[in-house]
Amino acid sequence: MSHPILKTQDLTVRFGGHVAVDHISCTFNAGELTAIVGPNGAGKTTYFNLISGQIPSSEGSVALNDRDITRMSVAQRTHLGIGRAFQLTNLFPNLSVLENIRLVIQSKAGRGFNMFSMATSHDDLTRPAMEVVERVRLADQADQVVAELSHGNQRKLEVALLIALDPLVYMFDEPTAGMSVDEAPVVLDLIAELKHRKDRSILLVEHKMDVIRTLADRIIVLHNGALAADGDPATVMASDVVQEAYMGKELEDV
Amino acid sequence: MLSTILSGDMPRSRILAALLIAILICLAFAPFIFPGVRSVDTAARICIFIVLVASYDLMLGYGGIVSFAHTMFFGLGAYGVALACTHMGRGFDALLVGSIGGAALAAVLAFLIGLFSLRVRAIFFAMITLAVASAVAVLVSQMSGITGGEDGLNYKIPRELTPAFKFADEKIMGVRMNGKLLNYYLIFTCSLLLFLFMLRVVHSPFGRVLLAIRENDFRAESIGYRVVHYRVAATCMSAAVAALAGALYAIWLRYVGPDTSLSMEVMIDILLMVVIGGMGTMYGAVIGATLFVLAQNYLQGLMGAASEAVEGLPILPELLSADRWLLWLGVLFILSVYFFPTGIVGRLREGKKT
Repeated sequence: MSHPILKTQDLTVRFGGHVAVDHISCTFNAGELTAIVGPNGAGKTTYFNLISGQIPSSEGSVALNDRDITRMSVAQRTHLGIGRAFQLTNLFPNLSVLENIRLVIQSKAGRGFNMFSMATSHDDLTRPAMEVVERVRLADQADQVVAELSHGNQRKLEVALLIALDPLVYMFDEPTAGMSVDEAPVVLDLIAELKHRKDRSILLVEHKMDVIRTLADRIIVLHNGALAADGDPATVMASDVVQEAYMGKELEDV
Repeated sequence: MLSTILSGDMPRSRILAALLIAILICLAFAPFIFPGVRSVDTAARICIFIVLVASYDLMLGYGGIVSFAHTMFFGLGAYGVALACTHMGRGFDALLVGSIGGAALAAVLAFLIGLFSLRVRAIFFAMITLAVASAVAVLVSQMSGITGGEDGLNYKIPRELTPAFKFADEKIMGVRMNGKLLNYYLIFTCSLLLFLFMLRVVHSPFGRVLLAIRENDFRAESIGYRVVHYRVAATCMSAAVAALAGALYAIWLRYVGPDTSLSMEVMIDILLMVVIGGMGTMYGAVIGATLFVLAQNYLQGLMGAASEAVEGLPILPELLSADRWLLWLGVLFILSVYFFPTGIVGRLREGKKT
């Protein structure tokens, strides 16, 4: 039986008079992949920012395993188990692929203040980093500088950083954005693999309906910053609110 | 072995390696290769400025932090030694107390400035450092009872480090075996160790975090690094090393004054040395400091000679007159920044890659 990991209670943020996220109360369970959908500007990324701490909330709370993290910094939340991959690729461009991942492993190991040993001498950090590099199929590019990677490989690395962090809550923000048709499956397979970890919860902001159909255990729909629907994929997709707010637009496109 | 000493940072360019080895040999044997008070003085200055510039690079090139208070930290170390020597008498204990006291004070001050201003935008930190540095400079020149004011302080250092002390009668290669020689090697050894120490720090796990923060502080925070803590730590370490460089300077000169160790002019020199050598490379500090100090000391004389050589020709003697040396130094800077935007070391390493 899956247990709740992450809980937001009346989570709200206002920018001036505009309510970007409006009293969202939602619980995310272990072993569950929740797709968050909604039209552009519905507040999906802002909701993510509130959970991972990039922006402070105006109201409401976020709790991880019943521990209130609403007032904690981004770095503190990361150490407690909130991991976030970004919509726009957000890496360390002039460091190598391996170094990008090694930095994550080093952060987890809490060894950032080690000043007097050589970074390359920590095999117990380099080895797991290399394993992640291999897992995301970037082994050939391990020593390459990130800025020289193709867009698709940068997206893979973005996901790889999160895999290296191995948080309790994985947050993906359009992980396949801008990837070609033959590159996207690699990333999606990686996310599908994560679903086997029964003690983790995965949150996925995604526009592509086929991706949601194959991966999601549950869908929540945001509309104008508020929670508009919540349930298993079949029910939510069939519901009026989705047909109107989201699918309607999608069907027109097809 | 060599790789361990250099913390794995090989020069990665044949020209750079040759330059570094040449500089190391020249500095290591300066009193024998270039005997003479002035040339040994220049060599000692180069040693000290390499450390000072490298410590600034630790903050600017690795941490991405712009500070204008680096001469203040340098001055704290220098005044630390000066005051300790004045009040504790001439002894090695005074040198030690002064250096460590100065370094500790510099680190504490850096900690306070950092804590208050590194949370906010980088420009704010730069402004705060400028304000604090100016305040300290004024304070030092005003509190003349303690600091000697504008005149500075003259003091005695242990006899073993002065020309009056002779430890062998015969000369080796025409060089007198006196305390000044010992003093030079004290400076050289400490500078070398401090430089290697910093080289190690930038290649440690901590150094990698600094690089990550410089590259993308937003992401560094989101993979779990408290950016402020790392920036403050880097600032403190940089300040402490700068203070130690200042202490060496005070030991060498046997004099401190606001002009030599606290003025804005020194700060600008440091900035130029970092930029010319190459930011974020450490070896850039070696190249930048060497070139700059040499130019400062010898360009004037060189130009005087050149001016005499072209006497009789129109305009040229005027342009090359020794009084115009600052003009030519300026021209050299502009050219070097224009042609080597990544500094000399950056340029040399690029050449290797392509």
